[in-house]
Amino acid sequence: MVPPLRSSEDAPGTYGEGAPPTGADLLRLDDVNVRFGDRQVLRDVAFAIEPGQFVGLIGSNGAGKTTLLRVILGLQRPTSGAVHLAAGHELGGAGRPRRAPLVGYVPQKVMLDPDLPLRARDVVALGIDGRRPGIGLPSRSRLALVDRLLEQVSATRFADSRVGELSGGEQQRVLIAHALIGRPRLLLLDEPLANLDLNAGQDVVNLLARLAHEQQIAILLSAHEMNPLLPVMDRVVYLAGGRAVSGRTDEVIRTDVLSGLYGRPVEVLEVQGRVLVVAGLETPDLPVVSAGARATR
Amino acid sequence: MTAVWDAIFQAGFFSSDEVQVALVVGGVVAVVSGVVGVFAVLRGQSFAGHALADVGSTGGSGAFLVGAPPMWGFLVFSVAGAALMELIGIQRARGRDLATGIVLGGALGLSALFLYEDTTVHNTTGATMTVLFGSIFAISSSLTPWVVALSAISTAGVIVCYRPLLLASVHPDLAAAAGVPVRQIGAVFLGSLSVAVALSSITIGSILSTALLIGPAATAVRLARRPGLAMLWSALIAVVSVWLGVLLAYDSYTWPPKHQAWPASFFVVAVVFLFYLGADAGVSLRARLRRPAAGQVAGDGPAPAGVSG
Ligand SMILES: Nc1ncnc2c1ncn2[C@@H]1O[C@H](COP(=O)(O)OP(=O)(O)OP(=O)(O)O)[C@@H](O)[C@H]1O
Ligand SMILES: [Mg+2]
Repeated sequence: MVPPLRSSEDAPGTYGEGAPPTGADLLRLDDVNVRFGDRQVLRDVAFAIEPGQFVGLIGSNGAGKTTLLRVILGLQRPTSGAVHLAAGHELGGAGRPRRAPLVGYVPQKVMLDPDLPLRARDVVALGIDGRRPGIGLPSRSRLALVDRLLEQVSATRFADSRVGELSGGEQQRVLIAHALIGRPRLLLLDEPLANLDLNAGQDVVNLLARLAHEQQIAILLSAHEMNPLLPVMDRVVYLAGGRAVSGRTDEVIRTDVLSGLYGRPVEVLEVQGRVLVVAGLETPDLPVVSAGARATR
Repeated sequence: MTAVWDAIFQAGFFSSDEVQVALVVGGVVAVVSGVVGVFAVLRGQSFAGHALADVGSTGGSGAFLVGAPPMWGFLVFSVAGAALMELIGIQRARGRDLATGIVLGGALGLSALFLYEDTTVHNTTGATMTVLFGSIFAISSSLTPWVVALSAISTAGVIVCYRPLLLASVHPDLAAAAGVPVRQIGAVFLGSLSVAVALSSITIGSILSTALLIGPAATAVRLARRPGLAMLWSALIAVVSVWLGVLLAYDSYTWPPKHQAWPASFFVVAVVFLFYLGADAGVSLRARLRRPAAGQVAGDGPAPAGVSG
């Protein structure tokens, strides 16, 4: 019993499977394994991302989402396997990220110190040349670029506020602008929706979908909750038990596929327009592994 | 008018060599402490700064034992202490406090021994006071060029690492992902910090040097919204504090009870503290004045949910 899923075609602002195949992958992971001590966190994870694709990285707490993103960034060295980035930019063994401009990153749960003497626009500007030594001189073109990025993420209103005094959602936008200003071709976002209310989350998702579509920036966004992403996701990478399955949402979010991934029966249900992945009926006392319903606290 | 002037700048203040050296060395050191202090605050390394000062005091007291200028003792030990912390692993979030604590404990033991020897065997009672609380009026003018050179080195370290340090203070992973050699940058900063702490120790003593390092910086980051401005404010507050401290200490010689000058370090730290309290009050006041305006802004958001007045 596989309930019909909303596929990505009927979502506004995305191009789903209808997108022209652009050929070369932007990012490809080959059998990536990560082990911390005797705990295997990622097991033979393999998938690829093409330019302009919006990819959701779905998994519950501790599934290894952050670890996977850190592997892609070169911040975490895989125990085995390889990460290939656009045309030969291979990570290699050294684990030092060298392809900084190619990949933008918005880390998980950033709550900036209210005493940080940085305005929102300063944080964005650090995305241009924050890695360079020295103080750096302001230039008109830089200022204009920063303004443009702030506008793109609708952050103009609080551009001159202390960044640590902004709300979680506002900080999120500033960090997205920071990541985008380096003109990355791949943008990694770690649980950007976790601290946002429904409206703010929807705004961020729409913004990212637009970027993917208009600027051909590939987006890999992690979340433990897939429903807000269903309308815009081109592909999903579903993590559970250290293993991953990837594909179009209608290929992956299926009772048989996810049961195989979890190694126990789970069921994909659609309830009032929301997709729920719940423990299978055979083992009714298992907890819900990934509920689509937002927690009502 | 001149009476007031004479009461503030008492006879001999500007002509005294000791005062001149104190003003020059104190001013330069204050600038460095203010600038370096901002990143020490942002990186949560005030404990490390304090520990380096204590480690430096081991060198300072050891220098007295062998009859060397205490500045070199402070400097060598503070820098070596920083290197040791780096080796033990100050970079790891948890390792940081541990590494600092381990180095601190070992050094303080030695420091106690040296100060004991200074006082009992060598009969130089002043050593303890000088090492722990500073003696800004007793700095040899021959040290001035060295102080300036070391200040330049320490400041240069911060300037070179300025943007990467800021990026790392937003999020270390963000810096690492951008290709910043986070660990090396941290090591350079720790070097700058150790030099700044040593310089601060010779002016107001190892115990109080943390106050000069952290106090103006903590005040400045509350006042300024931009990092460059925060550093300017911090340096300015530090310089004003040190100079006021020197002036008040000089004047205090004529205060009752007569002919017992108060220590300059006390005044410096007192002024630093007053600046902090003032800024704190100012920031709260500003926030209170702004609140009504903030309520209006919240009103045009998409969520109409209860905006409190
Ligand atoms: N440096 C590390 N050393 C040891 N274990 C680690 C390390 N980093 C992560 N882990 C472990 O790897 C597992 C996956 O962690 P990860 O942070 O990738 O999960 P996640 O999917 O991002 O979870 P969340 O939704 O809570 O953010 C966790 O069990 C965690 O304890
Ligand atoms: Mg995570």
